[in-house]
Amino acid sequence: MDIKSVSELGSLAQRIRADIVTSIASVGSGHIGGCLSIADVLAVLYGKHMRYDPAEPKKEGRDRLILSKGHAGPALYSALAEAGFFPKEMLLTLNQGGTSLPSHCDMNKTPGVDMTAGSLGQGFSCALGAAVGSKLKGDGATIYCIIGDGESQEGQIWEAAMYAGSHGVDNLIAFTDYNKMQLDGTTADICDLEPLGDKWRAFNFEVWDIPGNDVAAIDKAVTEAKAVKGKPKMIILNTVKGKGVSFVEAAKVGSHSMSISGEQRDAALEEINGGQ
Amino acid sequence: MEINEKTLMRDVFIDFLRKAMTADPTVVVIDADLAKCAGTLALEKEFPDRALNVGIAEANMAGIAAGLSSYGFKPFITSFAPFASRRIADQAMISICYAKQNVKIVGTDPGIAAELNGGTHMPFEDVAIYRAIPDILIYEPTDAVEFASALPKILAYPHPAYIRMHRKNPPVVHGADYEFDPMRADVLREGGDVTIVATGLMVATSLEAADMLHAEGIEAEVIACPVVKPIDSKTITASIRKTGAAVSAENHNVNGALGSALAEVVVENCPVPMERVGVKERFGEVGKVPYLRNVYRLNAEDVALAAKKAISRRK
Repeated sequence: MDIKSVSELGSLAQRIRADIVTSIASVGSGHIGGCLSIADVLAVLYGKHMRYDPAEPKKEGRDRLILSKGHAGPALYSALAEAGFFPKEMLLTLNQGGTSLPSHCDMNKTPGVDMTAGSLGQGFSCALGAAVGSKLKGDGATIYCIIGDGESQEGQIWEAAMYAGSHGVDNLIAFTDYNKMQLDGTTADICDLEPLGDKWRAFNFEVWDIPGNDVAAIDKAVTEAKAVKGKPKMIILNTVKGKGVSFVEAAKVGSHSMSISGEQRDAALEEINGGQ
Repeated sequence: MEINEKTLMRDVFIDFLRKAMTADPTVVVIDADLAKCAGTLALEKEFPDRALNVGIAEANMAGIAAGLSSYGFKPFITSFAPFASRRIADQAMISICYAKQNVKIVGTDPGIAAELNGGTHMPFEDVAIYRAIPDILIYEPTDAVEFASALPKILAYPHPAYIRMHRKNPPVVHGADYEFDPMRADVLREGGDVTIVATGLMVATSLEAADMLHAEGIEAEVIACPVVKPIDSKTITASIRKTGAAVSAENHNVNGALGSALAEVVVENCPVPMERVGVKERFGEVGKVPYLRNVYRLNAEDVALAAKKAISRRK
């Protein structure tokens, strides 16, 4: 996709939200809160910034996205379907036996998924490896990676951060989905990440701290990040868990994984589509 | 390179990597601050782009390797065996094996070879950890001759592998014309009374035990089983059908590695009395190899005793 306007990126984000709700409702429950919070960044990346070819998902030299918070697989699948990697009807097979769309991302099952992830902390190291690989090949690709805020409690995130920062791996653009909630409670209560921006700066990352559900702000930050040389980048997305669907937002911490009925799906779709 | 009794396994490894990295621009080696020990430090100067050192961060090393593999590279990652196994068990499971990434994991100083590093560094569990993960090949070299023949074949194997590398120079048991086949166990000595299946430094020990048994009129068949997974059950089954008694001998906990793998072959194909020589549910401790062999009962006498016990249980 080559979307230029902010309003069209916003529309794509809303379509991704609708796809998330529809696919998770089709199986009855899922990680809906953390899926909805990253719909906007996925829209900006797949709608505008990433170079890829849905007809050739493994094409060499493509930009890659590694969803280290692999439990938000349904959000990525929705973006991939919107980008044309597979028919949207396939979203209704989410988590059904034998599906190509499992809860957590699997690069060997889903066209367009660039790395398997789901055991938290690991995807960011894999993204770093891909970024190093791209440098070795000199193909000019950008490697994007979305990390969860709760996931940032994993030590491996900081192992990778230390290496990326100390070696100036500047084709790596990472995001933190900072909705400030994790499975058991708020990040502040469980194990606070603050000062998060300072942590990444201390690891020699160039840091942006932006409204995370604002496609214009994300677009601007990604554009700036791509221009910075010599350092890896972290864009902290201050998001709302469940963003765009009132009853999911209201569930707060409970939205990490929750059931969704047919009536709730219809109400959510009306809210999402009504906002267009 | 010419290989003799003095050739260090580590030097075989470096010679192979140097040639492989020269011939194939996708071969990468990654260390985690033990490159001096593995001998790979020299490669960091020769191949500054493709010999990485990530610092003391083994999980990140495994993840970077998986990412590089997803980009078409063939990474070798090295550390001491405990850190190349239990420390990265989940990364090896998910980022490497489950994701089907072609990473070769090299764990050095297996079992009692860790010597003065003692209990914290003495892995008797690494093979057991990897044997529980689907699709990974587990290789423990027997001697430098075999290792030199094996490494190019392990590189060509398009799946993950765990290489349990003794850095020093275990006795050479193979002739210079030996050809490694990852799917084959090697019958090193024929005999009709008992089958001894051994890995790593226990292969030479088992041959010594066979000499002792021969002096007592017992003929042992000795099989080197460098690839514990997938195990060559065909060669082993043919031998135990002939001898009717089996012994495993390994520098590892008897549970989970060769002892278990051989027991599975025996039970599933040809139930016969079997004894296991190896570490019996104990942790490591400091000491030199001869001392540790006494502590854990890993001497030729222990193998010979086990063989006689297995034979005595045969009806």
